[in-house]
Amino acid sequence: MSAPIVTPVPAAAFDVEAVRAQFPVLAQQIRGKHLVYLDSGASAQKPEVVVQAVADCYRGYYSNIHRGVHALSERSTTAFERAREQVARFVNAPSPREIVFLRSTTEAINLVANSFLEPQLGPDDEILVTEMEHHSNIVPWQLVADRYGAKVVAAPVTDRGELDLDGLTRLISGRTKLVAVTHVSNVLGTINPIADIVRLAHAQGVPVLVDGAQGVPHLAVDVQALGCDFYAFSAHKVYGPSGVGALWARAELLAAMPPYQGGGGMIRRVSFSGTTFADPPERFEAGTPDVAGVIGFGAAVEWTRALGLDAIAAHEHELTQYAMARLADIPGLRLIGTAADKAGVVSFVMDGVHPHDIGTILDGEGVAVRVGHHCAQPLMERFAVPATARASFGVYNTSADVDALAAALDKVRHWFG
Amino acid sequence: MSDLRELYQEVILDHNKRPRNFRVIDPASHHAEGFNPLCGDRLTVFIDVADGVIRDLAFQGQGCAISTASASLMTEALKGRPVAEVEPLFAKFHDLVTTDGPTPPGLGKLGVLAGVREFPSRVKCATLAWHALKAALDHRSAPVATE
Ligand SMILES: Cc1ncc(COP(=O)(O)O)c(C=O)c1O
Repeated sequence: MSAPIVTPVPAAAFDVEAVRAQFPVLAQQIRGKHLVYLDSGASAQKPEVVVQAVADCYRGYYSNIHRGVHALSERSTTAFERAREQVARFVNAPSPREIVFLRSTTEAINLVANSFLEPQLGPDDEILVTEMEHHSNIVPWQLVADRYGAKVVAAPVTDRGELDLDGLTRLISGRTKLVAVTHVSNVLGTINPIADIVRLAHAQGVPVLVDGAQGVPHLAVDVQALGCDFYAFSAHKVYGPSGVGALWARAELLAAMPPYQGGGGMIRRVSFSGTTFADPPERFEAGTPDVAGVIGFGAAVEWTRALGLDAIAAHEHELTQYAMARLADIPGLRLIGTAADKAGVVSFVMDGVHPHDIGTILDGEGVAVRVGHHCAQPLMERFAVPATARASFGVYNTSADVDALAAALDKVRHWFG
Repeated sequence: MSDLRELYQEVILDHNKRPRNFRVIDPASHHAEGFNPLCGDRLTVFIDVADGVIRDLAFQGQGCAISTASASLMTEALKGRPVAEVEPLFAKFHDLVTTDGPTPPGLGKLGVLAGVREFPSRVKCATLAWHALKAALDHRSAPVATE
């Protein structure tokens, strides 16, 4: 391994070793090497407190919620509703009643597409997204647009991977029914200027949905300061369980939206002559939810908040800067996404080596990265690459992880000459 | 590291760097596109068949070392062979890359891909060209996906 040219991240106030100790999964070997987990962008690992919160629910008081008069149901309901308060506080929502628990970011966006957008959609209407969106912030809009002769248009991204705000502004018109934009790109790491985008859109009376899947793990999110109308996010990327997510939306928007799915828990009164629906958020929470998962979600956001989003962002920022500097020194390696404002996501390609082969060789060194199109095929096209390799950072990553990545990439160079 | 060395044998690295029969056949009696949505690998297989014999076989596209080398080795193995040999050879090749038993006989140079069996996520790479070849012979025009 070549000597580092850049000074590694100094051991600052953020005690990363103490953080690591809370993640049992990290203490293992892969193919005889220490696990170096650089795939938190796909899904983050879970701290002991989250594992414990889920286990405590199942071991101690699990039952269905909002249904029983018995003690366990009451305890589960209380814990579930406490999670709603915790998640609301996490994104600074004005009220927990503005938090709808769902399966994921994906389901949250589909809910908005079907309950908010569809009732007002007509021929030639437009939904404005960006070239850097994840498929889950493209396809749900296409599905409803196709039914009404509306279309999805995409604001351009610059060569550095920043959103072209002038390009976006030009695309907002009287036909635009919604702007849907990611807070942080899962491929480029770019942090988008949401408050500015909201101002531009609102000036034309257009509401804004933010895909917050990659926002919540890396940034202190304040939906009121952002000024957006919808914010969708998943628990699993912010150290919580997979299979649960949330939509934050303004109370008045939720109140006007019809149900998305029908079933138990979302009704006021059902009869064959007509059914009336519960108020939000229950109106959008049909069926038995992932009770323990939501409770784990609450534990995860509390844990993250206690660690401090600003401290996390600073730690990840240093790691990202260090990684970009180390990787830039590797011959034939090209970074994809060099925005000035960037969260802990580093994508790259290497001359003469397909990302898939990079991924396999890195795995042989115990280094877990994601390779492929990252559910962002339009963005791959924009950068004219079939795929990229991506290292993404979480609270538990260290400069030693970056060194392991760089050393493993030297091996890739060696193998593929 | 031994599994990796087994996967990325010299022959595979060589066929990746200098793929054989990496060209378009025009006109071709058959062609089809293969696509691996997982990693974005995309290749087109061209075949020229006359009297039940594969007179020429070539491919073009973009892929990882495993899919490129596998396609290259496939063209070498089947050029000049009767079309009737494609199915049984693919069946043997599929066994080679998915099952743990001894290498099936009669695979020749294709045997270098045996290391793929230790990497289940890479099986689709190794079989991409074969799926495209079969689709071409069946005259299926829509791209075949390995998922
Ligand atoms: C930017 C972005 N949006 C949306 C999603 C979808 O999240 P989920 O699969 O949890 O619905 C992801 C996850 O990969 C993402 O990175």
